[in-house]
Amino acid sequence: MADLNVKINDLVLKNPVMTASGTFGYGIEFADLVPLDELGGIIVKGTTLHAREGNDYPRMAETASGMLNCVGLQNKGVDYFCDHIYPQIKDINTNMIVNVSGNDPESYAECAARIDALDSIPAIELNISCPNVKHGGMSFGVTCDGAASVVKAVRKAYHKTLIVKLSPNVTDITSIARTCEEEGADAVSLINTLMGMAVDIEKREPMLSIRTGGLSGPAVKPVALRMVYDVAHAVNIPVVGLGGISNTSDAIEFLMCGATAIEIGTSNFVDPTVTINVINGINEWLDSHGCKSINEIIGAIKD
Amino acid sequence: MKKYVLDLTVKSVEALSAKHVLIKLTSEETLPEMAPGQFVEVRVDNSPSTYLRRPISINLVDYNLNELWLLVAMIGDGTRQLGKLHAGDKLNCLFPLGNGFTMPVDKSEKILLVGGGVGIAPLLHFGCEIRRMGGQPTFLLGARSKSDLLELEYFEKIGRVFVTTEDGSLGEQGFVTNHSILQNEKFSRISTCGPKPMMVSVARYAMSNGIDCEASLENNMACGVGACLCCVEKTTEGHVCVCQEGPVLNIKKLLWQI
Repeated sequence: MADLNVKINDLVLKNPVMTASGTFGYGIEFADLVPLDELGGIIVKGTTLHAREGNDYPRMAETASGMLNCVGLQNKGVDYFCDHIYPQIKDINTNMIVNVSGNDPESYAECAARIDALDSIPAIELNISCPNVKHGGMSFGVTCDGAASVVKAVRKAYHKTLIVKLSPNVTDITSIARTCEEEGADAVSLINTLMGMAVDIEKREPMLSIRTGGLSGPAVKPVALRMVYDVAHAVNIPVVGLGGISNTSDAIEFLMCGATAIEIGTSNFVDPTVTINVINGINEWLDSHGCKSINEIIGAIKD
Repeated sequence: MKKYVLDLTVKSVEALSAKHVLIKLTSEETLPEMAPGQFVEVRVDNSPSTYLRRPISINLVDYNLNELWLLVAMIGDGTRQLGKLHAGDKLNCLFPLGNGFTMPVDKSEKILLVGGGVGIAPLLHFGCEIRRMGGQPTFLLGARSKSDLLELEYFEKIGRVFVTTEDGSLGEQGFVTNHSILQNEKFSRISTCGPKPMMVSVARYAMSNGIDCEASLENNMACGVGACLCCVEKTTEGHVCVCQEGPVLNIKKLLWQI
């Protein structure tokens, strides 16, 4: 059995497979179905300083090999998270990572600071890339200045591992990634969802309440893979790859393109046990290819 | 209630109408307890245009035969694919999901179960459970026409059945809320599932007559376990997740009955 340990800054993952924010709740929703402590990490639901109601229904449309969503960061706020959710998840024996969002650099930083105080949360994933909110979210992730302002503010307030989640809805994702690195990010994760749209032709109206939404699922995988490959060559910090991963082969592609770890998202809806299958599959693949460590395949693509 | 993801075996697929099939499933293991009103998310294989699982109400659980029944309305590519299943096929099911109807306090409690279209599905299971505890369920079922009334013979085996059809081809003509049973008898609670306009009418009737009422919602959903927050309904308590806090919700929480 190969060594599956990977490191992101000083964060050690027992294997490179994590769950993507917004697709796995707080982990406890899947506790009956998935042995949570076997995961490399769980990135929990997007959390903001204050409670958010999210967007109106309908929030989801199925697409070919994927789905669109416009949930809009519905959550009960960081205080509720600290008081009610944290006690339920703090003893899960994996890396519990909180995805943090905000309206401005200050609210991002204040939310991050509250989470900094939680002993059992070793990292945050900073969401500067949510396409479904009017203020904040993706608007920070599409320019270097915007990304810099948020990462700089959070870096001052947050002292553990800081992962910044990038938007694919940009011309050049590598420049945003480099900016995050320069401002002190310990890692970048990519990609968040791609902006998309679906139409109900009988009603002649958009299928989502705010017209557009974020596309996820296998449909986005080639785009995500290309961006992970590009960013892994552009920065020196670890890259976490996600976007349409639904099986072992997908995961290994991301690792070979330079991802140190991967996140599985929308596939959890179709196969709740996909994460465990992928962990086992990576193990088997490494064994069958004579690899002693996962590190032998990270970035191992032949250019 | 513990959730399972299992490959269940198709025992039979019976066409109930041009658009509806009754799928009977079984398992080598003993099926777990399932509450009336809970649902199953089924994975649809061999349908290239279908990505997500399909939420289907639990129609009946026969614990003696170790059978789970799903009544499927074939309205899209995914559900049409389900209609093509054959005995012996496997169907990957994530279940039981959501919160069901509130069970009667005792067997004498008089509950009216009002259903329309494929929304009758969870009411059969609910009626059976009421019967199992010694009560007698009363069903009020509505449809456009006699041919749209599904599983009538099963409902008649377990309780009193009253029917309305819009064209008058069976039972009283009109909508469920016009049926004379509502004038002639008093009920302590109404449980309803069906098209939204029907449930809105039922909820308004219940509210104006001071009758406690629960409705089973059918919002568009993805994960089925409360993780993605796609299937929300606006309530007096804000957005609630229909797959997790529902699909059965008390109408007092809902904003659409006003």
